Amino acid sequence: MFLKGCAHKYGDNIDTDVIIPARYLNTTSEEELAAHCMEDIDTEFVKKVKKGDIITGGENFGCGSSREHAPLAIKASGISCVIAASFARIFYRNSINIGLPILECREAALESDDGDEFEVDLSAGVIKNVTKNRSYKTAAFPAEIQSIISRGGLLRG
Amino acid sequence: MGMTMSQKILAAKSGNKSVKAGQLITASLDMVLGNDITSPVAIKEFAKAGKKKVFDKDKICLVMDHFTPNKDIKSAQQCKCCRTFADENKLTNFFDVGDMGIEHALLPEKGLVTAGDLVIGADSHTCTYGALGAFSTGVGSTDMAFGMAEGKAWFKVPSAIKVVLKNKPAKHIMGKDVILHLIGLIGVDGALYKSLEFCGDGVKHLNIDDRFTICNMAIEAGAKNGIFPVDEVALDYIKEHSDKPYTVYEADADAEYERVVEIDLSALKSTVSFPHLPSNTKTIDEVGDVKIDQVVIGSCTNGHISDLRVAAQVLKGKKVAKGVRAIIIPATNAIYLQAMKEGLLEIFINAGAVVSTPTCGPCLGGHMGILAENERCVATTNRNFLGRMGHITSEIYLASPYVAACSAVLGKIGVVKE
Repeated sequence: MFLKGCAHKYGDNIDTDVIIPARYLNTTSEEELAAHCMEDIDTEFVKKVKKGDIITGGENFGCGSSREHAPLAIKASGISCVIAASFARIFYRNSINIGLPILECREAALESDDGDEFEVDLSAGVIKNVTKNRSYKTAAFPAEIQSIISRGGLLRG
Repeated sequence: MGMTMSQKILAAKSGNKSVKAGQLITASLDMVLGNDITSPVAIKEFAKAGKKKVFDKDKICLVMDHFTPNKDIKSAQQCKCCRTFADENKLTNFFDVGDMGIEHALLPEKGLVTAGDLVIGADSHTCTYGALGAFSTGVGSTDMAFGMAEGKAWFKVPSAIKVVLKNKPAKHIMGKDVILHLIGLIGVDGALYKSLEFCGDGVKHLNIDDRFTICNMAIEAGAKNGIFPVDEVALDYIKEHSDKPYTVYEADADAEYERVVEIDLSALKSTVSFPHLPSNTKTIDEVGDVKIDQVVIGSCTNGHISDLRVAAQVLKGKKVAKGVRAIIIPATNAIYLQAMKEGLLEIFINAGAVVSTPTCGPCLGGHMGILAENERCVATTNRNFLGRMGHITSEIYLASPYVAACSAVLGKIGVVKE
């Protein structure tokens, strides 16, 4: 699986309350959730995000509430992949379960800047920051997890 | 090499003689939990996957607690979706307005979780039941859907941090101070993917509600679960509330821990988490002059009867400061009734506070106490993230029910001089 897009960079401890505030959790519509993705920390995100773009984050990305609405909102906004220094465990699990690729790679995440162009080869576990001309190797997903992502989630396919 | 208490439960539930940290296992579940926000997503996934029936109608629990009594049409639709699913699948444990409570106070009270159980819940604070010696952890809606269909979940066996609690806490020091202190010490990702296993001679000085509070906030240090040894205090609670069979597990003497943290309970001071992370802690003598607009006493963290008793002791015969809105939310109907019998509700209302029906409400910025621009709230809840209780410029200060009640009287963060 090969992904390509520009980075939207955020800091440490990005919690699921800012990814999708609870005031919007009275729906399960992915489109409605996507319309408010990241709005409490970045009101511009939904205006500038393009299909295929990626998010880069710092430590403990996705901490807090277990709301699956958070990775659902990110995925439905067009984001193809999240790369972070580290992930909170429930967010990590939820992302895999809904088929949103996420990669733990501290260097790639921290050395990125907003707008950098990325190419990600999921099966090989290779992240390339095209703008900075740097490549990073990350542990490839085990076959079972790759299979969950490629069929679109744990309960799909 | 021996196993931790958490690992022993996972080994037993996965049919393994022993497990070790990092191992992937599939284990059988004793309870699968969801609420009015996370269950609709799970129910949708369940249907999309073509699942027709739940694995066990007695081992699924749906609690309508977050946006209830429903705050708007959309949240009413979400509860309706859960109600229909519960009816169709003849779920034994569906708790709606009238017999509900905040899920993590309700399940132990109803005797639905007990020592040695393996529980997943589509709510991050599912880790609360570790106070009873269960392995319980938060998951998302897809895991919940899979759990409802199959009665199983996959886990990566966690390593652990051993937290040794020593000595007796001073008067007014509560479970909340213990866990805020620990999170301040190790950080919001200090226990990422790990178990927090509590032990030590200090445990016996913590009542069951204090232990619920401590395990409840294990997730705020990133932990997969928090767990206490099953002693007399825990067994008394279990026997009073549940007739389910239980199993007491103990960590092996040679269990491996990644880290050992010692906390001298006798040295703890009342602790407050400043915005916008639970790890941003200060002791009460360091808080300075922070004027407040609102106080919330309640939530799955601190809406227990002993929390309300502490708040009532402070508020008895006193008045909430002018300009402060004090909102008190008993966590379940049974707690509400008990507080009424003990005269606590009267104390709160006479002091100028309001008492709400059980709901998660303001904790996650749902309803029943949303903050306006630049307002400050002292809350006994569990998260003080940016904008969580309302406007993005508002501020949440996490504290114990004792500090929250004192702050309500003072109009600023502090403790009342005796």
